[in-house]
Amino acid sequence: MSEKRKQQQNHRMNRSHGGGPRMGMPVEKAKDFKGTLRRLLHYLRPHIFQFVLVFIMAVLSTIFTIASPKIMGLATTELFKGVMMKLQGVPGASINFDYIKMILLVLIVLYVISALFSYIQQFIMADVAQKTVFDMRKEVNDKLARLPLKFFDSHTHGEILSRVTNDIDSVSSTLQQSITQLLTAIITLIGVTIMMLAISPIMTLLGLITLPLSLFVTKFVATRSQQYFIGQQKALGALNGHVEEMYTGHKIIKAFGYEERSIEKFNHINEELYYSGWKAQFISGIIMPLINFINNIGYVFVSVVGGILVTKKSIQIGDIQAFIQYSRQFTQPIVQTANIANVIQGMVASAERVFEILDEIEEIPDEPHGKVIEFPEGEIKFENVQFRYQEDVELIENMNIEVHPGETIAIVGPTGAGKTTLVNLLMRFYEINDGKIEIDGIDIRDMARSDLRSMFGMVLQDTWLFNGTIRDNIAYGREGATEEEIIQAARAAHADHFIRTLPEGYDTILNEEASNISQGQKQLLTIARAILAEPSILILDEATSSVDTRTEAQIQKAMTALMKGRTSFVIAHRLSTIREADLILVMNDGSIIEKGNHDELMAQKGFYADLYNSQFTSKNLV
Amino acid sequence: MKKLIKFLKPYTVAVVAVIVFVFAQSISELYLPTLMSDIVDIGIVNGDIKYIIKIGGIMLIVAAGGTIFTILASFLSSRVAAGFGRDLRNQVFSKVESFSIEEFEKIGTSSLITRTTNDITQIQQVVFMILRMMISAPLMCIGGIIMAVSRDAELSLVIVIVIPIIASLIFLIAKKGVPLFKVMQTKIDKLNLILREELTGIRVIRAFNRSEHEKERFNKANLDLTKTASKAFKIMVSLMPLMMLLLNLTTISIIWFGGLRIDSGRMQVGDLMAFIQYVMQIMFSLFMLSMMFVMIPRASVSTNRINQVLEMETNIKDPKQPKKNTGKKGLVEFKNVSFSYPGAERPVLNNLSFCAQSGKVTAIIGGTGSGKSTVINLIPRFYDIDSGSILINGIDIREMSQKELRSKIGFVPQKAVLFSGTIADNIRYGKENATVDEIQHAVDIAQATDFIINMKDGFDYQISQGGTNISGGQKQRLSIARALVRKPEIYLFDDSFSALDFKTDAKLRIALKKEIKDSTVIIVAQRVSTIMDADQILVLDEGEIVGIGKHKELLNTCKVYREIVSSQLSEEELA
Repeated sequence: MSEKRKQQQNHRMNRSHGGGPRMGMPVEKAKDFKGTLRRLLHYLRPHIFQFVLVFIMAVLSTIFTIASPKIMGLATTELFKGVMMKLQGVPGASINFDYIKMILLVLIVLYVISALFSYIQQFIMADVAQKTVFDMRKEVNDKLARLPLKFFDSHTHGEILSRVTNDIDSVSSTLQQSITQLLTAIITLIGVTIMMLAISPIMTLLGLITLPLSLFVTKFVATRSQQYFIGQQKALGALNGHVEEMYTGHKIIKAFGYEERSIEKFNHINEELYYSGWKAQFISGIIMPLINFINNIGYVFVSVVGGILVTKKSIQIGDIQAFIQYSRQFTQPIVQTANIANVIQGMVASAERVFEILDEIEEIPDEPHGKVIEFPEGEIKFENVQFRYQEDVELIENMNIEVHPGETIAIVGPTGAGKTTLVNLLMRFYEINDGKIEIDGIDIRDMARSDLRSMFGMVLQDTWLFNGTIRDNIAYGREGATEEEIIQAARAAHADHFIRTLPEGYDTILNEEASNISQGQKQLLTIARAILAEPSILILDEATSSVDTRTEAQIQKAMTALMKGRTSFVIAHRLSTIREADLILVMNDGSIIEKGNHDELMAQKGFYADLYNSQFTSKNLV
Repeated sequence: MKKLIKFLKPYTVAVVAVIVFVFAQSISELYLPTLMSDIVDIGIVNGDIKYIIKIGGIMLIVAAGGTIFTILASFLSSRVAAGFGRDLRNQVFSKVESFSIEEFEKIGTSSLITRTTNDITQIQQVVFMILRMMISAPLMCIGGIIMAVSRDAELSLVIVIVIPIIASLIFLIAKKGVPLFKVMQTKIDKLNLILREELTGIRVIRAFNRSEHEKERFNKANLDLTKTASKAFKIMVSLMPLMMLLLNLTTISIIWFGGLRIDSGRMQVGDLMAFIQYVMQIMFSLFMLSMMFVMIPRASVSTNRINQVLEMETNIKDPKQPKKNTGKKGLVEFKNVSFSYPGAERPVLNNLSFCAQSGKVTAIIGGTGSGKSTVINLIPRFYDIDSGSILINGIDIREMSQKELRSKIGFVPQKAVLFSGTIADNIRYGKENATVDEIQHAVDIAQATDFIINMKDGFDYQISQGGTNISGGQKQRLSIARALVRKPEIYLFDDSFSALDFKTDAKLRIALKKEIKDSTVIIVAQRVSTIMDADQILVLDEGEIVGIGKHKELLNTCKVYREIVSSQLSEEELA
């Protein structure tokens, strides 16, 4: 599944910067084509008026385009007639230039109107396409805000991003180009057929013979090229994977002298890519010349048969000229339609992926009249709490804890023991399956999420900062914080000093990866942010693990001061903190296996005692 | 673009052949209307059906010939383009593999990845387009003009008037449109950035109740992008109708002036019909050329990015005559080493001197920015130092080949990096030809045996890209095993135990103790408990050594060390 998805993503990535799919390339298909298309049309409904306008414009513009060769042919015929009469020595014979002038004037008017209409039509479409995409993007983004954390934890960022950007882009460009193209192609096809039949049924028949031939060739070559495209896609995926891996692990590659083997592997994949790449390119590339050849055969037939018919006086010379133009216009929309059909299929598949997000189950809405705790004390109670990430895997069963205001709760356990689960539950990022969690005697589900969360201050292990100034990043903790408060918070988190040593101070803009400050400094900023929020309950999620011990000692002081009078949940490796905690929750494999204070747990001689003792076995080595 | 053309050199013959084929194809394409005009002027005028059929036959042959030439050209150009892409990719990848950490940091890993993959694909496509279109368009254009002039030089004046009009029209629209598309791209990037931040920071955003704020940010960027996109597209869509209009107006004027010339007997009707078709060809080729002007700027961005990679020279080079090892083993000496990161104002390490001996454990501890990890990174020569010298077995590391130097080192990074492949494959990164026994032994010491046995394929368990299917602690242990299997002279542990729980950490250290008897071990650590039994502890503070000694000694003599210790251990443990 994941492999397949990856391939799809690769596929999409390649398409998005390749400037539209090339002929013969395999097309992605939507699972529910009709349903998705209907839904997509729903988005276009507000623009129905524009669509009708576009339709009318397209019809008119195309009709004019179709009419013009025939009219132009009249001029040629007139010329030819005059010349023939002159050749035959008809007395007083001359070309009727007044007639020709009139025809040409009509043509000019037609062309100008046609161009104008075609422009108006595309102009409107550009507007409609952009508005539709704007709405879709907004809708998806709004939707993301209503989705539970579960959704974000079970989808990669790349996947979600690709849906909001690539997929919506694909919808936009298809709307912009292909819909009007399709419309014009169909009208042209009908109009041209009528015109051709009107000129000469026999020649039309000859022209039509080339049609199935083109379709057959396209189909034949396209199926042949598919396997190479798939091979190319695969090789490209493997190559990208290898590059990504080798570059991200560059230090290790260097340290272990793996460069040569890495290059060897790269060359191997690259060779495969070359092989399937040029074949795919070549085979799909011969579709056009072949179709062109078939067109030229038609052209020859038209010239020859037309020529014969003219000598037999059954058609006019201008008609041949018109006919040549028509037959050129004829095959083009057919190839186009086949192409557009693929593009539209791709668009519907993209739209479907966007709709999938819109259909995700949302968070349970807040109680309409949520209770508000004006002055939170920080008393927390877990009553028979049951929680599972997956229906059938037991995780937290029947958990009961009681935390009094101002207490410190340490959560300990080996890595991967699921310590963040508690955070998820406390802040209601996830819903519990059974039982209840109360703060100051109020079930957290009876409060609005925003009111609940505003009681908490959180410092997570992965520091999240956004692309903006340091000041804005700290101010994120509380809306409308004053400059003084921000600096105060930075001081309390021991961040003020390093910020001031930066050339731009508080105005330093953190770059995209926030790589212009160190990991430890990032941590300090997130702490400052939490301090600014003035929470009644603190959650410190291994907050200081990548800050060095000395800085940590300083932070510890700030934290201890901050924790005073506040209920604090500390997820930590640091035994000194743990020992002073009022309650220790020992977690393993996601569930709480022991709880109590340090002395109680040591007396139990269980998992905790084991863990604690192992820390100091090193002493025996000395 | 010019710089990349040298990559086409091996394909000179093929490229010349492509040009010849494309030219032949253009000629045949242009010859068809000429033949058609013969049908009109000779066949129809004389009512000679035989002649008409004969010319028809010639037309078929010409068309078939043209097709064959096109296919040949397409065959060669797809091979050339793909070969060009392959060669360029090889060059870039090999180059990047030779880069030191410094160059990596300069360009950025993700940017290097895009350069090696997307950028080259982009250029490869443009090369193909150039070979197919860029060559054929001017040939078509020139051929068309020659044919037109040979038919009727005076009537060709129409072309002389029209071409500049079309050219300036394309130029005008491109001048207005292209900058808008550039702006649009930056706005797309901005929107993506906001969205990515929303995704990565979802917990923080929700914890601080800032969802509304984020929505606003997104909507603003969304609206901004939509406005620019609308504007850009509205300009670009005017190109097509305008071009068509010009084309049609040209045809009309040809008929008018051609008619006048026919009237005066200077031209034939068939000539006029052929002439119209030549002009169409010329116009279309101009239009194709204008498409190229859209593609080339796109590719030129990619080209510049790739050239930057190819032109970058790594600062860290092997000496011309590398010195071979002396008899000593594992002796690491720092002599007055000073080092600052590229672009930094202040050095991270200042006049550092110490000596780490074989069979001894040297630990480094200190605050953020004290330069602990930097010391570790200097030994395998990931960076070159500013002054002083680093000696291994008495030889300056700059006088050894990098390969030789690094073969002596078992490096365990702070953040464990594994590669896709089996567990055994990953450990073999340390030693290519490691036996099963050797692997097992390394894994035993790294405390990884238990979890490997519990995996469904054991040592053949497939680790996914980035090691996402095993836990952080497991990754760290495999990363340690990978270093152990080398049995190197020097072990470098860069805070490598932080992802392990206390219990595993302790067990591992006991097992390690025996294993590394004959090696030099240098450990950077955060936890005092990890290093308190080391033979020598270096306490770093702001790039300088403020204390060297054993745990007990330092407790008495070094203030910084005492501070660190007291933050971690309680009073009774200190005693």
